[in-house]
Amino acid sequence: MTGHGRPAATEGRAGTGHASYGASDLFVLYGKTVALGGVSLSAPTGQVTAVVGGDGSGKTTLMRCLAGSLAPDSGTIRRPAKERVGYLPASSGLYPDLTVAENLDFRATGYGMSRQVARDRAAEYLDRAGLRSASDRLAGQLSGGMRQKLAVIAAMLHQPELLILDEPTTGVDPVSRSGLWWLIARAAADGCAVVLATSYLDEAERCTSVLVLDAGMPLASGTPDEIVAAMPGTLREAPARPDGQLAALAWRSGGHWRVWDPGPEGGSRLAGTEDGSVLIEPDLQDAVTVAALGMAIAGGAS
Amino acid sequence: MSGGPLAECVGVTRRFGHFTAVSNVSLQVWPGEIVGLLGANGAGKTTLIRLLLGLLGTSEGEVALFGQPPSRLTRSRIGYVPQSLGLYDDLSPAENMQFTAAVFGAAPGQAGPIGESGRSGGSGSGGSGGATGSGGARGSDGSRGSGGESGKRDRHGLPESLWPYARELVGSLPLGVQRRVAFAQALSHRPDLLILDEPTSGVDPLGRARLWETIGEAADGGAGVLVTTHYMEEAGECGRLVIMADGVVVTEGTAAQIVGSARCVVVEAESWSAAFSALEAAGLQVALAGRGLRVPDAEPAVVRRALGDIPAVVRQVPATLEERFFQLTAQGAATKALA
Repeated sequence: MTGHGRPAATEGRAGTGHASYGASDLFVLYGKTVALGGVSLSAPTGQVTAVVGGDGSGKTTLMRCLAGSLAPDSGTIRRPAKERVGYLPASSGLYPDLTVAENLDFRATGYGMSRQVARDRAAEYLDRAGLRSASDRLAGQLSGGMRQKLAVIAAMLHQPELLILDEPTTGVDPVSRSGLWWLIARAAADGCAVVLATSYLDEAERCTSVLVLDAGMPLASGTPDEIVAAMPGTLREAPARPDGQLAALAWRSGGHWRVWDPGPEGGSRLAGTEDGSVLIEPDLQDAVTVAALGMAIAGGAS
Repeated sequence: MSGGPLAECVGVTRRFGHFTAVSNVSLQVWPGEIVGLLGANGAGKTTLIRLLLGLLGTSEGEVALFGQPPSRLTRSRIGYVPQSLGLYDDLSPAENMQFTAAVFGAAPGQAGPIGESGRSGGSGSGGSGGATGSGGARGSDGSRGSGGESGKRDRHGLPESLWPYARELVGSLPLGVQRRVAFAQALSHRPDLLILDEPTSGVDPLGRARLWETIGEAADGGAGVLVTTHYMEEAGECGRLVIMADGVVVTEGTAAQIVGSARCVVVEAESWSAAFSALEAAGLQVALAGRGLRVPDAEPAVVRRALGDIPAVVRQVPATLEERFFQLTAQGAATKALA
């Protein structure tokens, strides 16, 4: 199937139960730059899956591959038929010169929806997202948060089986963000597989499972609990930054310092220290920071 | 300046025509503290920052920076990183730094040496991390043109990790690198007050930890820091939080003080979607949380009743800062709507 390095997309309806969309072993090269270097993602229906990373981590490339707007150099993609996909690209894809209602009407026509179903659903979503009173405003005149909510509604209006959202909440204030999260939860509750890119782990923590990308490579994946459980070594909280070699394994958090002890061979370095540090339970943020530290150290050593 | 707040607003109101953007706000930022300013769009955060920077005048009340009204002189003691970063895309990081040094170079000299502005005790730690080489930046102002050859100390104040990018155009650099350049630039004149608007937007988790280190080091060195953010994850890095809604300060304190005894109901159901629909239908506010649901500001008994015969574990847990934030800002909006 992928033996010739040709991409393969499996299309078809998800059956009932635990159908899963996603991607296996994706490679995408832009010239010499490896945008994705062997990335796999599973997006089960009825769940929200987060793809986390900073700028340049490969999030947008992965979203584009899933949506079918970019063909990977190799790897497999599992998605439903094109008309059963909803996609919010990094640029929202709205018509600034049309009103909120017109944007949704136009999109519904494109999806081949009946006018009545589209209007009823749009009315409900707009209402719940706090956009009802903005229905006659031009999309180009909406605030960033309102525009993003409209863009998500436009992407999920036809109740797709796979909803791909590229950074729907970036730059959006907390109130609009809560409206966005209602829409996301609603789509998943209706049985959709939702994949969402974000640079924030506190958002990822709301999702069923998480894939963390760093420079096109998978850094960690699983449920938030699994990622935390998989963290190698132990974590301490210290009142001050440690000296020497340990400084590279420390970061500041909440006014204290977190110090990662990589494991058995490094264990003795911390044992018996009188620096007032205490062993703590890592959270998702800690586990991902440790994974990034581990990768940075491995990269520096090679 | 001795012992007073670095920045202070006393009963500040700012109107635009009939619209009141900021209403009777009092706020202080002291040396060595990191103050987080949280609020939705339109809460008045940006107006407040513009008032503090001296870009806007007040309609009522007083703004003081270092004990004086905002002016060019006080501006030179502030490091500001706007959301848009404020860099020149078609200059290199080194040229951006040179330009800042030229702008700020003269003013602090007239105002007195910056090392004497209450931060002299912290100059040792202030010289580490993000502020590395800031003295070199100012010294290099007279020797520009020799930046390439004269070695490590003459990189126009860029921290070592940015040296590889020093001569490339800012516009061609990854956003994360641009953000670090903007930080280096804001810190290069050793400001006494740092104002940061959404400082780590788009940065990966490790990069974010490193930026917070830089911010923390500036504070440890005696600078006061005012940070606006939309993300509660960032709020945890602030020693004190000020929450604004509709132009007023609704509360302030540490994250723990603000959350206080607020509670939230967690629902763990075999079928979360069925539970979601049932709670929705009952008019409750429901948020997704991993495999479960959170219902802020609700009684467990009410939640159980709404779930009917859907099997679920229902328990009460402490609210998160974000949940408390919504409670507070919704109350603020409701009060305003009634008025």
